[in-house]
Amino acid sequence: MLAYASLLFAMTFALASLSADRAQTAISLLNLVLLLVPLISLIFSTIYSYNLRDFLDLLLAQPVSRKGVFLGQYLGVSSALALAYLVGTGLPLILSGLTEPLAWILAIGVLLNYIFSGFAFLAVNWQSDRVKGMASALFIWFYTAILFDALVLFGLVAFQDYPLEKPALILSFLNPIDLARILVLLKLDISALMGYTGALYRNLFGSWWGLVLACAVLLIWAVLPVILAMRLFEKRDC
Amino acid sequence: MIELKQISKRFGRFQALDRVSLKAAPGEVLAIMGPNGSGKSTLMKSLVGLVLPDSGEIRFKDRLIQSKSSWRHHLGYMPQIARYPENLTVAELMALIKDLRSLEESLDLDLFHALGIEEMEEKKLGALSGGMRQKVNATLAFLFAPDLLVLDEPTASLDPLSSETLKQKILKQKQVGKSVLLSSHLITEVEELADRLVYLLEGKICFDDSLESLRAQTGQNRLGAALAEWVRVHATQ
Repeated sequence: MLAYASLLFAMTFALASLSADRAQTAISLLNLVLLLVPLISLIFSTIYSYNLRDFLDLLLAQPVSRKGVFLGQYLGVSSALALAYLVGTGLPLILSGLTEPLAWILAIGVLLNYIFSGFAFLAVNWQSDRVKGMASALFIWFYTAILFDALVLFGLVAFQDYPLEKPALILSFLNPIDLARILVLLKLDISALMGYTGALYRNLFGSWWGLVLACAVLLIWAVLPVILAMRLFEKRDC
Repeated sequence: MIELKQISKRFGRFQALDRVSLKAAPGEVLAIMGPNGSGKSTLMKSLVGLVLPDSGEIRFKDRLIQSKSSWRHHLGYMPQIARYPENLTVAELMALIKDLRSLEESLDLDLFHALGIEEMEEKKLGALSGGMRQKVNATLAFLFAPDLLVLDEPTASLDPLSSETLKQKILKQKQVGKSVLLSSHLITEVEELADRLVYLLEGKICFDDSLESLRAQTGQNRLGAALAEWVRVHATQ
């Protein structure tokens, strides 16, 4: 956990001191957060949850409900990760006086952190085999961080003769990382840099209710996997 | 005290438990025997709530317990293999479990002293040998003076003296009106401790009665021979 915070600290600090241009720093940092936070949350939560599985025998024989045990585990690990992220990214931003992009990047990172911890718990409770569980977790990251964009781009090129504004918007709801990127870029007012879907967002939604909608969909992404994982956990044999 | 009715559990194609019913009265020690893979551990885990049975019902003190957790205030469970978080010390683990239970429960520190847990309190659980973990395991099961004890091969991997201490403790539970369910492969142990014997075979109950009745029905005086005779006659049916 300390290593994670220090890593983020070093990278953010380096980014902040390397570039004089604020917008550029913010973009680099955003890209870093969008790649790294989901990956670390997934891997760390998966490992943690599998390690704790051995201990479940003892815990579940105590007068505590399965729901309580599950939520305790999930909130415990995801909040610890969120704290490490806040310290690791927030501190160097404050030190370098970059307060403007700070709040949004921090908030979106925390949200992504809870979303992907939830995915990790879903993978763990879906696959009882450790290797398969870890592979599923990594696939979720690969899909949301890399594959999804490629697929969307491919689709847009293939159907370029048709009006694609609405489908493209709906597609971005299907990927929390994409949604998070749009959200921050909208807020930072550098939508020129965010490409096709971002520009669409700006046109179609104006700014505030596009923002509310994006936030709401992100919250659904945070809650839904956790609820599914909890259902699985409650019905599982240990 | 505890009653299981028609409990069935299937793992994929494997029928682990097939309509198993049994009862334990207060002050009774019930021994569960059977070959490996006959469903002993699955039976105990269903009782504790680690395994969720496909059908059937479990009652504790005449109340249905399915998916409720509060009744486990009265349960002490000793799993076959005790696995703990490796970086906690024994004292920290005990504090954690005490935290989970309410404070009003009175502590039974007999085994804590008798098994010498005090001397290893500061050790990390990862550094303990299998036997030492089993001692911690036993202490935790008895710590809250529960009404029902479910012990899965309690004396396996314990040294002879600790094993004797634990057996004495189990016998004491009888006098204070607690129920004990234990699984074992040792016929002498069952003879010393148990009032009743349940023999499981392929997930079904093959024998469930007192030890005397087993001896009387088979005409064998040695318990081991009596059990072998019973299984030989009844398993082929």
